[in-house]
Amino acid sequence: MLLQYRVAALAGFVTQIFWGLVRMMVVEGFYSASSASPLITLEQAVTYIWLGQGFFRMIPWTADQEIVQKVRDGSVAYDLVRPMDLYWAWYCRALAMLSAPTLMRAAPLLTIAWSFFGLQKPASLAHFLAWLPSMGLGLLLSAAIVTTVSLSLFWTISGEGVSKLLPAAVWMFSGMVVPLPFLPDRLRMILELLPSSSIIDTPFRIYMGQYTPEQFMPHILLQAFWTLALVLLGKAALARGVRRLVVQGG
Amino acid sequence: MEKRLWLAAFGGSSFKEDEAKLMELARLYARYVSFSFRSQMQYRLSFGLQSAGLFCVTAVEFGGIYFLFERFGSLRGWRLPEVAVLYGLVNTAFAITEAFARGFDTLPELVKRGDFDRLLLRPRGTGFQVMAREVQLMRVGRLLQGAAVLAWGMAGLNTQWTFGKLTLMGWTLIGGVCLFSGLFVLQATLGFFTIEGLEVLNVLTYGGVETSQYPMTIYRPGFRLLFTFVVPLACVGYLPGLSLLDRVPAAVSQVWFALAPMAGVVFLAMSLQIWKWGVRHYTSTGS
Repeated sequence: MLLQYRVAALAGFVTQIFWGLVRMMVVEGFYSASSASPLITLEQAVTYIWLGQGFFRMIPWTADQEIVQKVRDGSVAYDLVRPMDLYWAWYCRALAMLSAPTLMRAAPLLTIAWSFFGLQKPASLAHFLAWLPSMGLGLLLSAAIVTTVSLSLFWTISGEGVSKLLPAAVWMFSGMVVPLPFLPDRLRMILELLPSSSIIDTPFRIYMGQYTPEQFMPHILLQAFWTLALVLLGKAALARGVRRLVVQGG
Repeated sequence: MEKRLWLAAFGGSSFKEDEAKLMELARLYARYVSFSFRSQMQYRLSFGLQSAGLFCVTAVEFGGIYFLFERFGSLRGWRLPEVAVLYGLVNTAFAITEAFARGFDTLPELVKRGDFDRLLLRPRGTGFQVMAREVQLMRVGRLLQGAAVLAWGMAGLNTQWTFGKLTLMGWTLIGGVCLFSGLFVLQATLGFFTIEGLEVLNVLTYGGVETSQYPMTIYRPGFRLLFTFVVPLACVGYLPGLSLLDRVPAAVSQVWFALAPMAGVVFLAMSLQIWKWGVRHYTSTGS
């Protein structure tokens, strides 16, 4: 379906490259005259930025709009009578909607960034091999967040509040606006424990070699923990939500 | 000259250059605004949340800049309050434009449904009608945030904010609003030909906002040329900013920097000409 709108896909691609270039030049500017000793080198920061552009679409921006509509107009009732586990059905929807555009965009964008704009290769083979499952876990976690947010609609109906405030939080704390290693140390250490950093920050820092092989396991386990926790939270929310759900319309 | 261009695009094709017509347009526009206002106030909570959401998202963006400065100290000799002034200027201008010119975003939809034909039949300029279709009050979120950062930056500097400087600041904002409006008009004009809404120019609007938050010196030549001569964003942010922040070398005349925002007005005038040309080449999709 995404391939149908080729011009739109191309436009999105160009936009992403543009933002990457601006971010890159801003960071270069900061590094150029600084006596501060940041946690990561300029090359690593540039790599982080390009990875961020490549995997931009796997950030949980908003609730699943189709579910929003279903809850609002009451057609969620049909989903409820279907002989399937509603949570996993919605979870898989979210997963598909995050992974398809991500896969489509990441490969060409990262190739171009690697050829022309200073994206580095993974720090080592070991880092690369750890990066893959870590990225996958990030995707699973992101889908769990989207599903949980969609489920919150059972309570709020309109979904305006969550869907407007979620992007602000995710935008900052995932490392998309500013790579997390740039944040003040105390804030950064708190954020590293929260689920938002498990989405893209952890895999990126494995990729660029900021985490040593001994550190892989704890970080990946933390990702797995948050994924599991959010899935369980979502399932519990669904169970409770269905009981109190009032379907509108007749 | 200015007024004529304005009338040409907004005042219909009859070209009567009288004050009364402008006044009448202004009254009509005020009515459109009041309709928009009332319809958006029907959903007060939604309006509040959208504005708050916009405020938060933009505040987070500035938070990012703040943390970078905290980590690195300075950006090629620029301190945080100075960058805050640039940031505030461009974001305030963009928020004002978004509030009043977002109607142009609805053009592809109008063209697709064939509804643009109806606009052509009405005895007012098409540009005016498209613009007046929507006034987005929730943009007040970005506006407040931009203005707050601007004020914070101004307070953090040892500059005397004389009357002259404040005037230049207002003039810069006017130039910025004109420039961004011009971009919206151009983006809409593309819609006549592509039917589908094209988001390519978002690179220039949102990307332009992002770019002009920082001093132009950090960018490579290609970017600087693009944003100075093709889309003159530097003229409504960085260049007058240099004068505002007392960064103009003594040997150079301030006048050039103060005149720079004119480029935004010229850009809008040119965009409106292109819009007119687009309207002439409009082919209806209706049946």
